[in-house]
This record gives sequence, C-alpha cells and structure tokens, in this order.
Amino acid sequence: MAVRIEVGYRDPVRDPRGERVVREARELAGLELRSVRTVAVYTLDMDLTGEELEKVASGPFTDPIIQTYAIGRPVGGIFDLVIEVGYRPGVTDNVGRSAGEAVAQLLGRPLAPEEGVYTSIQYQIQGDLTQPDAQRLASEVLANELIHRWRVVPAGDFDKAAGLKPEVPRVSISGGGRVREVDLSCSDEDLMKISREGLLALSLEEMKAIQAHFEDPEVQGERKERGLGSRPTDVEIEVLAQTWSEHCKHKIFNALIRYEDERGNTETVDSLFKTYIVGATERVRGEMAAKDICLSVFKDNAGVIRFNDDFNLVFKVETHNSPSALDPYGGALTGIVGVNRDPFGTGLGANLLFNTDVFCFASPFHSDPLPPRILHPRRIYEGVVEGVEHGGNKSGIPTVNGAVVFDERFLGKPLVYCGTAAVMPAKVAGRPSHEKEVGVGDRVVMVGGRIGKDGIHGATFSSEELHEGSPVSAVQIGDPITQKRMFDFLLVAREEGLYSSITDNGAGGLSSSVGEMARDTGGAVLHLDLAPLKYPGLDPWEILISEAQERMTVSVPPRNLKRFMELSEKMGVESTDLGEFNDSGRFELLYDGRVVGSRSMEFLHEGVPQMVLDARWEPPPLAEPSFEAPGDLDPILLDLLGRLNICSKESIVRRYDHEVQGGSVVKPFTGAANDGPSDAAVVRPILDSFEGVVVSNGIVPRYSDIDTYAMAANAVDEAFRNYVAVGGDPSWAAALDNFCWCDPVQSDKTPDGTYKLAQLVRANRGLYDAVTAYGIPLISGKDSMKNDYIMGDVKISIPPTLLASVIGRMDDVRKAVTMDLKSPGNHLYMLGETARELGGSEYYALLGYVGAQVPAVDFDRARERYERYHKALLKGLIRSCHDCSDGGMAVALAEMAFAGEVGLVVDLNAVPATGDLRDDELLFSETASRLLVEVAPSDAPQFEEAMGETAWARIGTCTEEKQLVVKKGDGKVLSLSLEEMKEAWQRTLRGL
Amino acid sequence: MTATPRAIVITGNGTNCEREAAEACRLGGFDAHNVHISSILSGEVTLDSYQFLNLTGGFLDGDDLGSAMVQANRLKYAMVADDGERVLEQVLRFIDAGKPILGVCNGFQLMVKMGLLPGLDGGLVRSTTLTFNDSGRYEDRWVTLLVDEESPCIFTRGIQNVSLPVRHGEGKFVVRDEAVMGRLEAKRLLTVRYMDPATGKITMKYPENPNGSSEAVAGICSPSGLLFGLMPHPEAYLHRVNHPRWTRENLPEEGAGIAFFRNAYEYVVQAL
Repeated sequence: MAVRIEVGYRDPVRDPRGERVVREARELAGLELRSVRTVAVYTLDMDLTGEELEKVASGPFTDPIIQTYAIGRPVGGIFDLVIEVGYRPGVTDNVGRSAGEAVAQLLGRPLAPEEGVYTSIQYQIQGDLTQPDAQRLASEVLANELIHRWRVVPAGDFDKAAGLKPEVPRVSISGGGRVREVDLSCSDEDLMKISREGLLALSLEEMKAIQAHFEDPEVQGERKERGLGSRPTDVEIEVLAQTWSEHCKHKIFNALIRYEDERGNTETVDSLFKTYIVGATERVRGEMAAKDICLSVFKDNAGVIRFNDDFNLVFKVETHNSPSALDPYGGALTGIVGVNRDPFGTGLGANLLFNTDVFCFASPFHSDPLPPRILHPRRIYEGVVEGVEHGGNKSGIPTVNGAVVFDERFLGKPLVYCGTAAVMPAKVAGRPSHEKEVGVGDRVVMVGGRIGKDGIHGATFSSEELHEGSPVSAVQIGDPITQKRMFDFLLVAREEGLYSSITDNGAGGLSSSVGEMARDTGGAVLHLDLAPLKYPGLDPWEILISEAQERMTVSVPPRNLKRFMELSEKMGVESTDLGEFNDSGRFELLYDGRVVGSRSMEFLHEGVPQMVLDARWEPPPLAEPSFEAPGDLDPILLDLLGRLNICSKESIVRRYDHEVQGGSVVKPFTGAANDGPSDAAVVRPILDSFEGVVVSNGIVPRYSDIDTYAMAANAVDEAFRNYVAVGGDPSWAAALDNFCWCDPVQSDKTPDGTYKLAQLVRANRGLYDAVTAYGIPLISGKDSMKNDYIMGDVKISIPPTLLASVIGRMDDVRKAVTMDLKSPGNHLYMLGETARELGGSEYYALLGYVGAQVPAVDFDRARERYERYHKALLKGLIRSCHDCSDGGMAVALAEMAFAGEVGLVVDLNAVPATGDLRDDELLFSETASRLLVEVAPSDAPQFEEAMGETAWARIGTCTEEKQLVVKKGDGKVLSLSLEEMKEAWQRTLRGL
Repeated sequence: MTATPRAIVITGNGTNCEREAAEACRLGGFDAHNVHISSILSGEVTLDSYQFLNLTGGFLDGDDLGSAMVQANRLKYAMVADDGERVLEQVLRFIDAGKPILGVCNGFQLMVKMGLLPGLDGGLVRSTTLTFNDSGRYEDRWVTLLVDEESPCIFTRGIQNVSLPVRHGEGKFVVRDEAVMGRLEAKRLLTVRYMDPATGKITMKYPENPNGSSEAVAGICSPSGLLFGLMPHPEAYLHRVNHPRWTRENLPEEGAGIAFFRNAYEYVVQAL
C-alpha cells in the first residue's frame, strides 16, 4: 500500500521556492497570486509499520527546526487551491532516489525491486484563479508536460481529513526481450517508410546500402552459421542506424561537396572535416615541430594536449540543443553532466577541472505570440541556467567561463554549449595516460546507472507518444550525484590500473561505446540480457541503444576483474560484466544465449556511403547604411551597454560555483566591486604550483548574416585575443570548434540548402585560416547540423554559429592581468588599428541596420601584436587589459573604467585608424584583434619598445574623477559618469 | 605529541572541496588524508587514528532532501562492517577525546543536522538549522566575516576579520527559538558573522549578508570551541591569487584561510 508523507514549512518560516513561483507566475504567465507555499510529498510504495513511517518522516525527511510532517493525511495550510506536480513514470526522480536510499539506511536493508519512493511538490496557492488559469499556471510555470503530471484541486474539493490519494508513477510495461525481423526486400518508398517510422534517420542511399549488404550471399551464409534468419533483426538495424547517425558519423562534415563561388568558380571539397579541421591541425603541428603540444586529437572523446611534464590537459565542448528546447532544465543538466563524461572517458580517464558554458537564446523579454510548441524564451533561459547550475555545482566542477548570446532566431532552437576540461597525470599506473587499448579477452564492463527507456532515439517531440503508464523516452534528466560516485570509484580503479580502456555511454548507448571500443581488438560479444535495468520490459534493441545517463563502459583484463568488482561494490557503484572483447571481426549481440544480431566490424564502421552535396555561395544583397551621425553619443553608449549581448550576465554567473577545487585565479567577475566582466578564466590545476590553465571563448553569430567566413575568423580571433589578454601563452594554445548550423542539405524543407552549405564551407575556411595563422591546433569539436524549427508554415532557422573555445597555459599565474583599470595617472593604449567595420555590429543592430562591412581579421598583424603583448605582460608591464568586441572601443572603455572605479580621458584623434572615420564609427566599430591596455607611466617606455612597429598608440589617461570622457582634440564627444554607465550595463538582466 | 598530527577529510556521496581542504590542512601543518566514506564503512579506516576531522563542502546526496539530510541519516544509522559499531560512535568518541572538527558549508549543514552543533547541552540535539537563502538562489560571492574574539572557538584565534567566498543555496542560519539564540550569544558561540566592510559592523543587508541569516550568523562553535562550522570557505583562500581583487590590492602572499587550519594544528600539537 502506498503511503504519502507530506512535509511543509512551519508557519513563520519563509518559503523562497514558493515566493519564486509567485514571481514567475507574474513574469511567465501574467498571473497574480497572493501567496504560494510548497509542500514536499514523498509517496512510499512499500509496506512499512507505523513506527517505521514515523522514523522516516521525522528523520531524513523533515528538518524539525523549520518543517513539520504528516503521514497519510494533509500537513495543513491555507489555500484557495493546490496544484501537485509529480513525475511521469520512468522520468529520473533524483530526490526520490535519495529518499529511497535514506529509507534503506534507516531500515537497514536495501529496497526490494518492487518498492520505491516517488516525490512530488504540492503548491498551496492563494489567489483568484479560474480553472483555465490554474491549468495554465501548471503547464507554463510549474510543470513540463513531457516529464511531469499534475493535479489541480480547488480548496472546495480538497478532502481536509484524507488529503490527496497516493499516486505511484511506477513503470509498467509488459513483455520485454522481443526480437523482430525487418523485411528490407521492398521498394525504395517502403525503405524510407521503415527509416522514418523507426526514427532511424537513415537516407535512401544508406537504406539501400544496408539492403544490399543483407542481400549479399556471403552475408547470408554467415547468418545461417549463426542461426540468424535471412532478414536483419531490429537489433542489427538499430546498431547500424546509431553507428551511421549524423551524430556519430558527421556525414555532412564528411560529405563530398561541390562548391561554387559567386563568380562561378567551382571546387570540390572531399570532407570539410578532413580538409579544414584535421588539415589545419596537421599543418599547425607540422609548424610547431618540436614544440607540438598535441597528444591526442580527434580520435578520443576529447582532445588532449601537454600541460607540463607531469600532467596533460583534456578539453571537450558539446551541444545539447534539442533536449534543451523540449525540457530546458533536464536538457541542460544532461548536457553538462554528459560532457563531463567525455574528458573523463578520454585516455585512461581524467580529473575534471572546470566547466564552460555558452548559451544562445531569444530575448527573455520576448512579447510576440509564440509559434506552437515553443516554450517562452524566459522559461528556456531560466531552465537552462538552472540545469547547468545544478549539473555543475552538484558535480563539484567550477564553471569558470562562458557567454550568453541573444538573437530572435534562437526562438527556433536555443543553443546550449557545455564544455569540460580536465587534467590527467601524464602517466597512469606506468602507462601514458592519453593512450588506451582494449586487449583481446578483456571483459566488457558497464559501470554506473541502470538502463531504462531514456533517450531512445534521442528526443521525440510529440506528446501523443507519451501516455500514462508508458515511460518517457524523449527527455532525460541527469543525476550528478550518481555520476560523481561513479567517478570517485573509477579514479581509484584508474590509479590501480584495473582497466585497459574507458569510454562513456552517451549518444547510442552501449551500441556506440562497445562498438567503438571493439575497434581496438576487432570484435566483441555483448550479452544484452545481463545489463541491469531500471525496470523490466525492455527489448534487446532498446537495451543496446538506450541513452540512460551516468554510465561508462570499461574494458577490464580478466586478471583484474575480481578486484574491479570488489572495489565497485565497496564504493557503492554498480558494475556489470556484459561480455568480452575479441578479434572475431564481428560485433555480436546475444540475448539469453541466443544470437540476436551480428555485424561485421568493417561494414559497421566503413559501410556508410559518403553524401554528395552541392553548395553555392552568393553574397547576400547588403549595403552599408547611410545616416547622419547622432548628435549626442552619450545615450547611444548607455543604450549599447544595456543591450542583451553586452549587458552584465552577473545574475546568471553568480549562480555557478566558479571556485570549487581551489584553483581559481581570474574569476568571471573582477574589479573594485567584483563586478567587471573578465575576458578569460585562469585556473591553477595543481595547487602547489603556479602554472595556470587559461580558457576563453569567441562567438559572433550576427556576422553570419553578412559572411560566415568572417563570422568564423572573428570567433577564433575573439577567443584567442581574450586568451592572450589575461596572460595565456600564445605559443601554447589549442582550440575547439563547435558548429551549430541550420540544415544545409537542399530539400523541399530547405530550399536554400545550397546557400547554407556554402556558408558552412566558408566558415570552415575562416576557421582554417585563423587557426593556422595563429598556430593553434584544433584538438576536438562537434557539429550540430539541424537547428531549425518547422511547424506548419512557420520555419525558424538559427543563424549559423561557430563557438571557438581556446585553452592553453601560462607559466606563472601571478602574472595574470585583469580588465579593471587600476590607478589614476596610468596611461591607456590602444593596440591595433580601427577600421570602418560596422557590418553586423551591435551599434548597427541598435539602429536597425545590418550593414555590409563585417570586420576582417588581419591574422598576421594580429599574431605579432599578441606575441609582443605577451612578452610585455611577462615583464610585468601591463596593469590591465580588455579586448574590444561587441559595441567596440566605447563599450570596452566603459567596462574598464567602471570595473576599476577609475575615470578615463580619451582623445579620438590619437586612436589609430584606417581611413577617415566618424566619431561614432571609431567608437563603435567592431574591428577585430584590438586590445586596450593600461600601463604605469614609469613602464611606458619599456612597453612602447616592446610593442615595436605594430599599430599602437597612447590614447588616454586614467583619472581620479569617476567619469569617462572622450574628446576629439579639445571638443567633447562623450561624457558619462561611471555610475550611470554601470547602472545601464547591470540593469537589463539584474532581475532575472 | 611528537609525530605530525593527522587530518582526515571524509569524501564521497557528493563532497567536492576535498582537494583544497586537504591542501589547507597540509599548509596548516597536518599530514592530510582524503578518505572515502566507504573505507570508514568497511572498517579499513577508523577516525581514531586522526587528530583533526574535516567535514568538507559539497552536495551530499545532491542535498535532495534538504542540505546534508541524507548523510546525517547515513552517519546515524550506518554500521561499520564486521565491527558492530556505528560510524556515529566513532564520531562521538572523536569528540570525547577532545579532538577538533571543522565543518565547512555542506559540512556545517551536516553538523547542524546531526545535532553535533551547537551542542549546547551535550548529546545530539537539533536546535538550529541552515535553510534556503532569502534570495531563493545559490550564489558564489566573497563576503567579509567579523570574528568574535571572545568566542571559545579554537579555529579563529588571532583572526579579527577575514574575506572568504560563500557558495551555497541553503546558508540562512535559523534557530528553534529566541532562547536558543540567547544562549548561543551568551556563551559567545556565534563565532563568525557577516560584516559590512564599509562600517565594520555585522549586517543584515544583502549581499554583504548573502542569505538573510539571523543575527548575521555565518558560523557557530560548540561550547568547547572544538567543533566549528561555517558557511564561508576558508579552504578556498589559500593564496592571494584566490582573492577576487588580488590583481589590484596589496595582499599578503598567504591566503587568509590557512589560519583556521594552522590554529587547529597548533591546538592539536599543544593539547593532544
């Protein structure tokens, strides 16, 4: 019999969660509530004695100082109605899991499989809500129909004696263990039907390749030997679909592309990935020669570079866009804990050091009607921020760097980039840590969470496929604590040298992890019936491709298996021996001893046909706007400072622990009041050393409206100049590329596919040119190619977006430089020449223009500037430095001044410029590669000498007066107090 | 005592400050060990062989039932394998032996929820708690603490005020009733409180008081002064480069957080 235990706050105790609901009801749904109190509800699906229930309720469930509880009856409270929100069956309920553990501890026995604890939250609401209002409050504020279910009960219908009836969201599926054969001897049309209805996402060419493979007499002969029918099983088809997915095989990046430029010149690119990404890295590594820092690139879950003789650095950035569009909280949480597993599963395993996150949203203040099924951007914003907060903070990994970019087109799909860096000892148990190799005979061991129907086929949008009693397959919710326990255990196992290889279970689940690892030996046997399940009723193909979270696969040599399993059990982590790696040349899948699938390794990994695609570049018809320069630039600068892409993101960033692990050196915010925006982060990975890791990012999707070549070049430049600004060594840096594109494959749905693909080609060229010129190898990356929203007649495509992330080192963190001005009397220098490059700028956007002249990066001059700046920095000549980016020089000047609470007087006549620029152009142009630098007068001669013949000029002086004054000769151009600028910059997102 | 005193940092189930906590112990003079809770439960390691116990920060069990609630329950009920002893008994023996315990952030929450603090009448009595910040938000920011120099706390000796980061969502200090607060005050157990650096006085103003704690309390100690818990993180400030304004202020090379650990070391060396 299920019993409810309700836990509420004692009367005078504040309920911040309830207060937050009042606020969000107003902001998200326009509903005014008088008050909301929350009650935690635990539904115990087990038989306990009254005494046991009392112990559970009064012990781990209730804090007696502030809370009170009731067993099997309502805890009380005054309300006009209650809304109770719980999870749908099968959705990860982390609180329920912890509650179950607490009950088990208390009883001194583990819970039986049929027992469980489920949690829900009861909102006791005072306010005048109609029934439809209440439903709207539930669906738009309190719950997400994909993962939650809820009950709305008006006070009049509420049974004050018995309360609400217990509801148990137990998963009930009958059957399980079924294997189906798939008939592929059919027409092209039917092949596509199989692909579509099975959510296989395979193209006709791919389906035909599979068809042909299974018709091959040799293949048929092999099948007979193994007792398999002539038709492929669903298990086999699913393995192929997963292995060949865009996600795993990057088919667009590996396609053969016929590119035609605006003059009709054509060129064939055989794989963007090989040509521009791998190609760039090979070239850079060749040039670095003996100073090559790369250890493992493109082949593992994350890239690895050298940090020093004793440690390596690992870095990976992922995207989690579609899941975050469906369930922003769960999607983002899973994004961050998911990317944690990449560096952890690189080489022999790494210690996670920090997270980075970059979000692209539509305006949270969006007020136009929303297309169907799109969540309000304010809700996406809140959910994603909270998901990353919980994912990062609870995992004990500091979030040190990031960005938030706004554009209305991200309404179609928000972008959620999550990155994780890690350190690994250069040697683990006597072996180089960045290498791993599965041995023939090693056991296939799955570690961590259990398998459910989570994330099968990734996200499924339609709620019709979700019904009471059926588990949710669309959305996953990460569980940072289960993962942390697993990592704690695996690090010990790593030190003891117990496993030969490790990889994570992410997209494609076991199919992908075991399939990839089996390439080392040339085969594997996997017993799917041995896999631990969250609940019974799964079919073998589901077990194979489930993306249930918090799992790693390791290969354990038989001699270590006993010790591995003992350690695992001791540390409270589930590990299961699922089979063996072998050299049979086949990936063999068994269920209850029966062969249910058998694929040759060769066809699995090499059989996918290359796509052939057309790309045609046509520069968009854009022109430079012609307008009078505004008479008064003061209000323009204030408006710019308050724009979403420029304003302070402190209300988000403070919610992330950015200093756990003790290595924090340059934090996200800096300055006299700890509120100026740092250019990049510096972290000490080893606490008794002063060597530092520097990390930064660059992202400018606005420029894609003009030219994606410039977009990519500027993204890399932004990341690199931020990296250099704080003190990163320009000769010891690596980069990651993360492309988020709208579908670039020409079709009825995408009539402009050839243009979008040309944009992709150009972005790759921009990326290649930038990283090869700067000498920064690309070490890892990711692409997400289908960021469109299509519903009825409405189509929204995101602007093509490249996130460049740069990681590297500095020898001594005590030389790091922050962006806040330090002292009146110091000199201010501009490094770099400003050109009339306002196309795609925030200034133009403010005025309603796009423009045409997008910033062009002069890589060679920039590189020399950065190298000279770095030498000056090492000599201790730099007091502060800030890069010029969104909003141009004016915004950078303002930020430096108010962050340092030091005034500035700047003369525009002194600013180095290409051509004759108007005042507004000089101030707001976004020309790349420029740094503003503060130098003490006594260091000025040395600094000027260090910068040599590169373009630089002393443009101003730091002052006592708390004012930013920009002059042109004797004429005043701009004059604003630090206070009003800071207020304009902080106001926009402060309340969110 | 002669050999270098040993400090233990208990890890696992979501702790996450163990690395810097062990470093802080080491810098304070201890021979520091991170020990996973499973090694205590298995009986491989007992607290008896250590002189200083660290309950460090983190998100024990995700703070799913309220901060540190599950671990408090675990330590209360869990038995050491093949021994018949509860972990709790080891902890109580540690206290009876006059050895110091420091709880930081999640560790402070744990001490309060186990009833180890404030320990006004001995035994495990819960009379205070830490709950959600008034802001409703988790926040990472640096605060200034005013130390009660009359407090019996052995960890804060010689410290007048100190800047440290807070990183929590549930740090608001609440007492069962005014009588409890009165007794805590009378015994000078409200060891550290949030201070407004502009006035030098304790403050209820946000964000200087980051969570709305009653009486601006940031940390409390037991009447013996040997058990101390606080929300801000002394182990997060071990070198001047940890400070958010180190590039603009003249700060001593050594981070101010080390003093807490050195005090523990000196106490152990003298008293045990």
